[in-house]
Amino acid sequence: MATITFTLNGQPQSVEAEPRMPLLWVLRDLLNLTGTKYGCGMAQCGACTVHLDGEAIRSCLTEISAVAGRKITTVEGLGTLEHLHPVQQAWREIDVPQCGYCQSGQQMSAAALLARNAHPSDADIDTAMRGNLCRCGTYQMIRAAIHRAAELQALAVDAMALSPEGRV
Amino acid sequence: MNDLTLNRRTFLAASALAGGGFALGYRVALAAEESASSLEFNPFIRIAPNDTITLILHKPENGQGAVTSLCMLLAEELECDWERLTWEFAPVARVYGAPMQGTFGSSGIRSSWKPLREAGAKARLMLQSAAAERWNVDVAQTRTQNGRVLRNGSNDSFSYGELATAAAQLPVPETVTLKTPQQYRLIGKTTPRRDTLAKLTGQARYGIDMRVPDMAFAVLERCPVFGGTVQSFDAARTRAFPGVLDVVQVSRGVAVLASNTWAALEGRKLLDITWDFGPLATLSSARIREMQQALLKTPGAVARSDGDVDAAFAQAAKRVSATYEVPYLAHTTLEPPNATARIDASGAELWSGSQIPGLCQQGAMQVTGLPEERVKVHTLFIGGGFGSRGGGNVYSEAAEIAQVAGRAVNLLYSREDDVQQDRYRPCSLVQLDAALDAQGWPVALRGHVSCQHFQPLRNGIDREAVAGLADNDYAIAAQHFEYSPLELEVPTNFWRSVGASQNVYFMEAFLDEIAAAGNKDPLELRLRLLERAPRLRHALQVAAERAGWNTPLAPGRQRGLACVSCFGSHNAQVVELSVENGRVRVHKVTCAIDCGQVVNPHTVTQQMQGGIVYGLSAALYSEITLENGRVQQSNFHDYDALRMDAMPEIDVIIIPSDDPTPGGVGETATPAIAPAVVNAVAAAIGQRVRRLPVAKNLPAQA
Repeated sequence: MATITFTLNGQPQSVEAEPRMPLLWVLRDLLNLTGTKYGCGMAQCGACTVHLDGEAIRSCLTEISAVAGRKITTVEGLGTLEHLHPVQQAWREIDVPQCGYCQSGQQMSAAALLARNAHPSDADIDTAMRGNLCRCGTYQMIRAAIHRAAELQALAVDAMALSPEGRV
Repeated sequence: MNDLTLNRRTFLAASALAGGGFALGYRVALAAEESASSLEFNPFIRIAPNDTITLILHKPENGQGAVTSLCMLLAEELECDWERLTWEFAPVARVYGAPMQGTFGSSGIRSSWKPLREAGAKARLMLQSAAAERWNVDVAQTRTQNGRVLRNGSNDSFSYGELATAAAQLPVPETVTLKTPQQYRLIGKTTPRRDTLAKLTGQARYGIDMRVPDMAFAVLERCPVFGGTVQSFDAARTRAFPGVLDVVQVSRGVAVLASNTWAALEGRKLLDITWDFGPLATLSSARIREMQQALLKTPGAVARSDGDVDAAFAQAAKRVSATYEVPYLAHTTLEPPNATARIDASGAELWSGSQIPGLCQQGAMQVTGLPEERVKVHTLFIGGGFGSRGGGNVYSEAAEIAQVAGRAVNLLYSREDDVQQDRYRPCSLVQLDAALDAQGWPVALRGHVSCQHFQPLRNGIDREAVAGLADNDYAIAAQHFEYSPLELEVPTNFWRSVGASQNVYFMEAFLDEIAAAGNKDPLELRLRLLERAPRLRHALQVAAERAGWNTPLAPGRQRGLACVSCFGSHNAQVVELSVENGRVRVHKVTCAIDCGQVVNPHTVTQQMQGGIVYGLSAALYSEITLENGRVQQSNFHDYDALRMDAMPEIDVIIIPSDDPTPGGVGETATPAIAPAVVNAVAAAIGQRVRRLPVAKNLPAQA
């Protein structure tokens, strides 16, 4: 066992765990943050996607020891009910989810894509999202929602630029 | 379907709530021998004095939109404030349909359509009556709007909450007049799903997320050969793994309990088990195919026989024959099977995402020997069902592990467990023959199906094993279908659209072979043969027109079509694809659906897209094979599904319908996609793919 300290959804977090334990199970079973899902355990489905220092990673294959000192964001930290992330807003507008199980991972992959590419093309979306399976078949609505989230993100950036304090 | 109004032993009743308010629901009329606990009143609606109205949802939510659609049915007739309507999952109770309480057969809306609207209408009338009494006027002098009863010709009104306690004392009306479609405010209008926000913020609780005090995370090592049993095992290394709490043997294997899932999975790898593999240890897919081929050489049970087939074949100007086959399929819901169980002196409690929570209760009763009233089942969100979450072993396994280990467990199937220990859509081998007249029109059709059954046989037939084939709507005068059940201990189960998932592929692909042999256009042939199936015929016309069936295609692209009536709805699909370097790329699917009265157009669109993606995944990629009695696939790397970069554009057209009742949509779009794809592939490469999946059976030169 080791004590591993990292930043989780903006807050300092310390956890006692076997260093080899994947981040997925630390989040779900030790910290009771169950929004991040298990789907395959071998980085084939993307249900476990979280952000490590802003990059989308598969938490099912990321050992907790590799997270020490770094920043993790999960779906619980993506937005709040009062201030949804543009991805969540767009997903809500398009009303994307069916069973919903994959959607935490889908949104985390999409948010990471939009952070590095403000206006992704369909081909960019194919590349960034092909690692996230959806067995309910919501892909077409996810694609529409990513384009919509890009618009919402641009509006938010414009609003920030217009605001005298640089904040909305 | 468990349409409550069809059950003569139930009747609508009202009850006052503790602390004030009103509940309305169905009571089961009891036979004398039944237990007193069945007297429990299980309502559909609770109206609290603070105006909160709660729908007790007797259908689970596995993504099909039951939460929203059923709220719409109630709210339509109750005329309540949509924003103040909340919902909760119902417990398992006979009044909700137990033991078959659940969602299956695309029946959620169809079986709730009448009882929920009636309950809403009767509750509204009782609230109006309570208001009329207070005002001392006739009930005809009142009306309802957005959760209030209003008095005609005045500004007086009461909220439903203010009237609820008084309404609970009134008799339930015997009859009530339901709205006509022209009066609908909600039904038929796109309505945002009520489960969306929870699913976007990580707050939705699925079975896998269940935590109870002192719970262990458990996994179960089952015999890799179906039906095998544990001979002996050594768990010393497992027990030494940090976090492992216990190792117990149960009837289906050896369970590892741990303080976290990873420790349970890692500990399980260290188990040393000697198995008695049992009689299936030499079974292989090749052997199963030989058994099916042998069955096709002997007469089967007659599933349909119309006209003089032998005479028609004897006089035929042309004959067409083909053998088609499909493999076993796993379901691979993205949330793998799981269940949480706790057993103590008071009884058993289970938490699960189950399509049929009633069967979950039955499974736990069998294992524990506890009576129905001492097995409580709580329903959580389901991370995909597709037929896999009906009964299943996970519930009884969880209950048995909890009982043997003496502690609460959340039992999880790893993805490998799920792929290798599923109950599968059976593989099927089919011989098809057609006789054509001198003008090239089919006059006789003969089919013989060999596959395991989905359900027990009746008179030698499993109707599902031939559904979509023997019950086809085509006006071919002479038709004869036989079914030869393959008796084998490989576990089988329903899979989205069940028999139609395979037989519609056989029927619709073979029909294109008939069209080619008779030199007919596939659309022209179907339109002629569907004269007596006007709704399906119309759906086909709509899809073909929208897709531009007779218009030129971009270079390298081809079209194919297929259609079927199933689950009370009518669906036609046109696929546009190309075959490049031996790979099929589906560009577009045009899908026309006539599902009668639409409740929520958004969920109809979702179910069409979802049904197509699920069927397309299987048609292109999926195959479960056996060798030495073991499933050879294990995870998404070798049992893949459609991904974003292969997703076609899907154009859904919902056909306006005069039918005032809804048809099913959950499974309706799955059957037609595979034949539409292979029909387009045949147009592209001139060869028919008679065995799925396409990716593994495309001719080498394509």
